[in-house]
Order: sequence, then C-alpha cells, then structure tokens
Amino acid sequence: MEGRFDRRIVRETGESIVIATLRAFIIKELRHILRDRQTLIILLLMPLVQVVLFGFALRSDVRDVRLVVVDPSPDYATLALRARLAAARRFQIIGIAPSMHTVEPLFRQGKADVVMAFEPDFAARLQSHGPAHVMLLVDASDPNTATTMQSYARAVIMAYEAEEGAHRGKAIQIVGETRMRFNPTLESVNLFVPGLIALVLTLVSALMTAISLSREKERGTLEILLVSPLRPWQIIVGKVLPYLGLAFANVVTALLAAWLIFHVPFRGSVVLLLFESVLYSMVSLSLGVVVASVTQSQRVAMLIALLATMLPSSLLSGMVFPIASMPRFLQIVSNVVPARWFIIIARGIMLKGVGLEYLWRETLVLSLMTIVLMTIAMKTFKPRVA
Amino acid sequence: MTEPPSKGAAIEVQDLTRRFGNFTAVDHISFDVAVGEVFGFLGANGAGKTTAIKMLIGLLAPTSGSAHVAGLDVATQTEQIRRRIGYMSQRFSLYEDLTVLENIALYGGIYGLSDEQISERSSSMLQTLGLTDQLVGKLPLGWKQKLAFSVALLHEPAVVFLDEPTGGVDPITRRQFWELIYSAAARGTTVFVTTHYMDEAEYCDRISIMVDGRIATLGTPRDLKAEWKVDSIDELFVRLARAS
Repeated sequence: MEGRFDRRIVRETGESIVIATLRAFIIKELRHILRDRQTLIILLLMPLVQVVLFGFALRSDVRDVRLVVVDPSPDYATLALRARLAAARRFQIIGIAPSMHTVEPLFRQGKADVVMAFEPDFAARLQSHGPAHVMLLVDASDPNTATTMQSYARAVIMAYEAEEGAHRGKAIQIVGETRMRFNPTLESVNLFVPGLIALVLTLVSALMTAISLSREKERGTLEILLVSPLRPWQIIVGKVLPYLGLAFANVVTALLAAWLIFHVPFRGSVVLLLFESVLYSMVSLSLGVVVASVTQSQRVAMLIALLATMLPSSLLSGMVFPIASMPRFLQIVSNVVPARWFIIIARGIMLKGVGLEYLWRETLVLSLMTIVLMTIAMKTFKPRVA
Repeated sequence: MTEPPSKGAAIEVQDLTRRFGNFTAVDHISFDVAVGEVFGFLGANGAGKTTAIKMLIGLLAPTSGSAHVAGLDVATQTEQIRRRIGYMSQRFSLYEDLTVLENIALYGGIYGLSDEQISERSSSMLQTLGLTDQLVGKLPLGWKQKLAFSVALLHEPAVVFLDEPTGGVDPITRRQFWELIYSAAARGTTVFVTTHYMDEAEYCDRISIMVDGRIATLGTPRDLKAEWKVDSIDELFVRLARAS
C-alpha cells in the first residue's frame, strides 16, 4: 500500500530538479516583468530622464581641506605662507614634498584635496619685483567643493600678498595658477552620473523586488509557493535575478546617455564599473528582500523601501551634499548607506581612472553588506513559522 | 510520538496541538483520513481549521502531538511531504497576469514535471475544463477556482488540501467543482476540504466539526445525523457552534 503514495511521476535526480524548478520560477518572473509594459517602460526610461534632468548642483561649505605643499626650496616667504595655511582652520597640511612626483599618487588615492606648489626660489623672485608663481592643483571630482577649496587657498595667498606688501612699503606680486584635476571643466553632470546610477539601481533593485515579493505575500501566491517543493533560496534567487538584469540594462542606459549627451569621461575600466554596479545592485536587491519579508502589505513595503533606500541614497551618499560638509553625526550614519561607497567607486573609476587597487576597500564594504543582508533575508524568509 | 503510520491512512493525526502564547488554537485533535477519501473539515471561523491545515501542509510547526501525511511525519519530513501534497488556499492563488498555460508551466516546473508531461497534462486539463488559453485574470471566478484546483492536482499528489475552495462561487459551478473533487478521489487522491457550505458537507465521505480548537464530532454525514438526531448537517453545525 505504501506504493500508492509514489504515484507522482517526477524527475527525482537532485540537481536537475533544482535547476528545472528555478528555471520555471525565473521564467514566471520574467513574464511578470515583461507583461507589465507601463512599469517596464518607466523603469527603462528612468535613467535616461534622470541623467538629462540632473544638470545642476548645490553649493556647499567645505572644511578640513587636505593640503599638500610642494616646496622645492623653502625660504622665508614659503615658510610664512605655510604657517598661514597651517593657522587657517579650513586647511590641514597633510604633507610637504620637495617635488611634484610624490604628489600625483596622493591625488589618485583621494588622500589629498589641494596641492599648493611654489616655484623654486620663491622669495628671491618676490624680492626682485618679478612675479613669484604658485600653482594650485585641486581635486575637482566634486566641482562644488573644488571651487570652494580653490577660493580658500587663494584667499590665504592674497592676504599674505597684501600684508607683506604693506609691510615692505611696496607691492609684491604672486601669480597663482589653478589646475582642476580629474574634472578639468567642472562639469556637474560628471559628478552626478555616478550618483544617478546609484539612485536608479536602488530604485529598480530594492523597490521593485520589495514590491514584487510583497505582492505575492498579499495575494496569497507566496503561500502556495512555500507549500510547494520550491525552497526559500530559490524564491529569492528567482526574484533577484530578473531585476539584476533590468538593473544592468539601466546602468548601460545611464552610462550611454552620460557619454553621448554630456560627454562624461570614462577614464577607468568600464568592465570594472559594470561589475561594481552589479555588486551594488546585489546590496539593494537583498535590502528589498529583507523589506518584503518584514512587511505584510505591498503599500507598506513600498513606503519602507523608499524611506530606507531612496532618501539615504540621494541625501546621505555624497551624491548631492558632500559628506565632508555634513554634521559629524550624519557623517557616521552615511557609512551604512551603500550608495556612499558605490559613488566613491563610480567616481573613482569614471573621473579618476583608478582601479581595484585603490577601490578594494569600498568594494569589500559592498560585498560584506551583500553577505550580511542576504543572510538576514534568508533567515527572515522562513517557510515554516515555529 | 513517532509511531509508524498504519497502512492505508493518507492522513494520521495524533493529539495535534498548536498554541500561540496563551491561546490554544488547536487543542489535541486526533483523526485519520483513509486513502481516496473525501474528508470534510468543518468549523466556524476561528475554530482552528486553518491553523490545523497549516500544520498538515508544513507552514506551521506543531506545539505538540504528531501528524503524518502520505505516511510522512510533518515534524521532520516536510521536504518530502511538499512533493506529495497539493494545496489550494482560500484566496485565489494563480497569477492573474499570466495565461492559463503559463500558470500550468510554472507549477509543473516547480514540481519537477518534464516539458512533455507539462504539455500533455495542460492540453488534457484545458479539454476537461473546456477552457481556452487566456489571461487567468480575465476568467470568471468559478473558472478560476476550477483551474486552481486542477493546477493543485497537476503533479498528481497523494493528498490535496482545499481550504474553502468554493467561497463566493455560484451553486452551479460549486456542483461542477464537486464533480472534479469526486473524480480526483476516484483516481485515488485523498481530498481534505474545508467549507462553509453545509450542503457541500453532505457530499463528503466523512466530516469532522471543529469547535474551539477541538474536534466536537466526526463521522459519515448519515451517521452523524442519526447520532445527533438532526435533519441536516447545517442543523448539527449550528447546534455545536452555539453550544460553545
């Protein structure tokens, strides 16, 4: 009689059945996405519209500018200027170098914001009435901050120029030349594209997964899935994969739009940028799953997903407001915002052309976030309530 | 508590209990359901039916007691049980934005049927139900329910659990629905059904009536009516529910 229970005709071989099950589920998810034309079109066009819309920036105040002084032949004039810079509260002299060679890597690694380079025999030139030259190199990955930092440095030089001239009884002349690095034309759009990618990825990944999973919960289809042989991890992977594909399409659209319309530079590896985008999508997708597992209705899931992702991603990530000019408390909070790390990575790759050797720390942070969130998602997504 | 199930029982429940904090939703219920039987699981709202079903299909862990479904222990063999049962919930649970065939393909795939089996079974299903392939959301409720039931049977489960399958369905379609239930039972599938329609209770081989987490009475509709000296199951149900 025992045999009567074995009437099912199924492929019992472990692995193939797991794949077949997952495949059926992913096909179903793709059908949901493709059938909802309106949402799909909005999702696909969103990055394009946003890149076009974001053409402006917000000004901001800057403190603790990290300054490197290049002083090939220290003399009384350069020492006096160095002392003034050190005394100015906005500056923090992090290094003094004899030549420009050692400076470039500091810039690339994001360790220095401004480099002030005096020409050799600076004091002698001042003395002999000829103009003395000083060059300012500013990290302009963030154009707002760059202009502000530049004016601070100029202000110090001009103050010295005026006071020293008055002291001597005759005018002295210091000619300053500024070079903006990484973003020479100060294009705001260059700065916004990485932030936009972060925002769009968050929206598609976190919001859409949260909505799609909580919809199943609300309509009762999830119950049927949980009673079936489908395992919770398969449900999660099935939900996540199609949206990962959509998110990838969005990154490509945003990058193409930025490149074709605004001529945003791609100094680094596009492959690395795409890889990092996928990683960042994983973080957001996991967040979406967590949100869906702790909420009961689509509406609540949507609101929480918006609050938990969109707001921090746009306001606390450094996309609009530089983290450096935030209150200390918010600076600490910004550490848990995945977009903050992704924006550093994307700006690094696109505007500075650096690779994993400088961005491994941020990449590691995003990977850890994915692992932690995925673990929470799997844990909270239980088929059986104890 | 893990005594071997007696041969021939599709469902075996022994002192099954579920507590939520201080509230006992299901209180030491025991019953057996034979293979191929249509078993009506009745009770007023809040009597504990849904909690009991959820334990049997592995959505809820029992607090104490034991239950076997298709010869498998619900406490330890949930994985194997999932492949042997079908489930249709109170809410309509097919995907409305997918077509009939797409829904069938999904569940067929989830239960590990081969592509040939899926196409074979879907065409015979469409034929039996007299349906054409279209978006499920466009079907009238009665058709949706019949379709959901057929999909729950797609993988030929040993036991199928139906939680108020005919809610909101017109009398004619309900009758057609019960014809589907009988034909499944005739093919050897055990049917475990909850309902609020007492005329449907009369169609079952045996019924149990749950009151306040306990099984107040159990037997064939005819025996129960004789035992309680009532004309209909409806009368018996009202009397038991009122007594609580």
